[in-house]
Amino acid sequence: MALQVKCATSFFFKVVNVAKVIVVTSGKGGVGKTTTSASFSTGLAMRGNRTVVIDFDVGLRNLDLIMGCERRVVYDIINVINGEASLNQALIKDKNCDNLYVLPASQTRDKEALKLEGVGKILDELKESFDFIVCDSPAGIESGAFNAMYYADEALVVTNPEVSSVRDSDRILGILAAKSKRAVDGAEPVKEHLLVTRYDPKRVNSGEMLSVADIQEILRIPLLGVIPESQMVLQASNSGTPAIHLEKSDVAEAYRDVVGRFMGEALPMRFTTEKAGFFKRLLGGN
Amino acid sequence: MSMISGLLDYLRGNEKKTAAVAKERLQIILAHERAGRGSASPDYLPALQEELMAVIAKYIHVDRDSFKVQLGRHDQYDVLELNITLPDKSNGR
Repeated sequence: MALQVKCATSFFFKVVNVAKVIVVTSGKGGVGKTTTSASFSTGLAMRGNRTVVIDFDVGLRNLDLIMGCERRVVYDIINVINGEASLNQALIKDKNCDNLYVLPASQTRDKEALKLEGVGKILDELKESFDFIVCDSPAGIESGAFNAMYYADEALVVTNPEVSSVRDSDRILGILAAKSKRAVDGAEPVKEHLLVTRYDPKRVNSGEMLSVADIQEILRIPLLGVIPESQMVLQASNSGTPAIHLEKSDVAEAYRDVVGRFMGEALPMRFTTEKAGFFKRLLGGN
Repeated sequence: MSMISGLLDYLRGNEKKTAAVAKERLQIILAHERAGRGSASPDYLPALQEELMAVIAKYIHVDRDSFKVQLGRHDQYDVLELNITLPDKSNGR
């Protein structure tokens, strides 16, 4: 597994733009929220955007492990909210990317320690120095998940092609539409993006897995991307490297496409059809 | 018997694919859950049903099963729907 480290140079001129808060959410656990948060924020930073990724899973932090910065955590988001540390002290600079910072969750407190007001204050402060603020939501629909999604401008809804994940995603969409700050304020609704992960086209073809089209038809939100099921994701987490850095891997390419589409590029969907086997290719099949 | 026919279906490839089953189940349950989500707290519905039934039972003898209270939506209106199946004349008071 080789590392490909690409970091953009910083620009002298920056058009004044408003920072965007993006929540990575799903309801169900284990669908790939943290994997996605790590790769998505890395992808944004690789394109030159000043990006910070925040772990909202207080008590069960894991983003630091996936980003490979677990040994550099000194202060966390709760310390900042309580005034025990400044934001600059708590932010950890990513080892691969100049524009990327990680704000870890507290491992020792319970999730009730995080309050909506405190989160709002931190986000406002971060908006002054970042273009994108990616919020890695914990599973569930309790306070932690709510804190992560409340201030969101856009949401990546991570969904596996599986009944319980689709149902939970629908529930989360309902909460975003009814209880997010944008909904409460009567502002333009949170922009929703569907991200289907752990997709296996072979099983879809044999009728044993929901297709992307099925999931889209059920959830009725625009598709941002499809991440194929891959053994590389485990290897990436083993080594503390976001999957988007993996060379020659479908997962990395799929995540790069996701970031590209998020930035407004019209990229065709990939990895949604079965790879042609050796004999099929030999026979000229598709 | 059903196991054998199921096995035969499976071998013939006639069996309904599980992905199709999953989609159908999701469409049904989500339609139900979404309907419940939008409406003003339906928590009071069971109590409302009980009280309405008590009132009606004073005048007409109705079965518990033939009495339904539902809160739904029709275009822009929330609709409270009472559905009572009246008994045959001979059974009434």
